[in-house]
Amino acid sequence: MLVDSYKFLPRSFRPLYEGRGAFPGEEAPVWTPFAKRLSESRLALLSSAGIYVKASQPTFDLDREQEHPEWGDPTWRSIPATARPADIAIAHLHIDDEDLLADPEIALPMRALDELAREGVVGGAVANHVAVMGYQDRRLEDWHGTTAGEIVAHLRNEDADGVILAPA
Amino acid sequence: MPVLARWIEAAGIPTVVVTMMPAVAEERRAPRIVGVEFPFGHAFGMPHDRAMQRRTLELALRVLAGAETFRTRIDLDVEWRVPVREAYRAWQPKVPSPIVRKLLETRSRGST
Repeated sequence: MLVDSYKFLPRSFRPLYEGRGAFPGEEAPVWTPFAKRLSESRLALLSSAGIYVKASQPTFDLDREQEHPEWGDPTWRSIPATARPADIAIAHLHIDDEDLLADPEIALPMRALDELAREGVVGGAVANHVAVMGYQDRRLEDWHGTTAGEIVAHLRNEDADGVILAPA
Repeated sequence: MPVLARWIEAAGIPTVVVTMMPAVAEERRAPRIVGVEFPFGHAFGMPHDRAMQRRTLELALRVLAGAETFRTRIDLDVEWRVPVREAYRAWQPKVPSPIVRKLLETRSRGST
C-alpha cells in the first residue's frame, strides 16, 4: 500500500510541493548506518508542530510571522521527556492545534517511546526531545546556519543514537 | 523537515522522517522515510489511540534501524478512520495562516 501524499492537502497547495526535486545543494545521498541494536540504543524525537513548554519557554514568534508572512520562527525548543501533556503548548499558524493539545503524543510520542524502553524494545529515550516550528522561509537560511547545528550539538550531548523526525 | 533530517544524518546521527507527504520527502532525498496517510498535525495517529500511535512509532523504529539503503521508504498501511472531507477540514487552522491570507488577497486583487 502506497500513501497518497496529497490526500489532505488543498489542491492549490500541491504545486508548491510536488515535482520540485531536491533542495538546492542537497542532491547527494547522505547516510549514517544505524550501528547498534535497538535494544541498546537511545532514541530522540523531533517534531515540527511548534511545541514548547508553557511554564518555562517562550512561544515561537507568531507575531512576527503575522507581519512577515514569508517568515517563520527558526528557533528550537528542548522538550523534557518528563513533560506532561498539560505542560505543553502549541504555536503553529498552519495547523489546527485542538488534537495536538488534547494529546501531544500524536506529534511527539514521548510516552509511547518510554513504554518501548520499559519493555526493552529500545534501550532508552533522551532526557530532552526536540521541537521546532515547521513553517520556515523557503531558503531555510537560519535553520541551515544556526538551528541545525544547535540541534546536532544537543543530540550529541544527549547521546542520541538515532532521531525520529515528524513534520506537522 | 527532510532537509533537516539530511543535515542531522550528515553530522553522523541516523534519522527517519515520519511524514504525510512521503513523495515529497523522497524528492528532498531524506535518508529514511515512513509514509502515513494521516492529516497534517497527526504524524503518529489519532489522539488517544495508543495502539495506532505505537504501531506508527514501531514502524519508524524498524525503518530507522533496519533500512539498508539511502532513500528507503516504507508506508504504514493504516487508514484514517474519519471521512476525508471531514478530516481535511479538521486539520486546517480556524483562521487562515498569514501566507494563505496574503495569497488569497493577491488572487482576489488580481481577479477584480
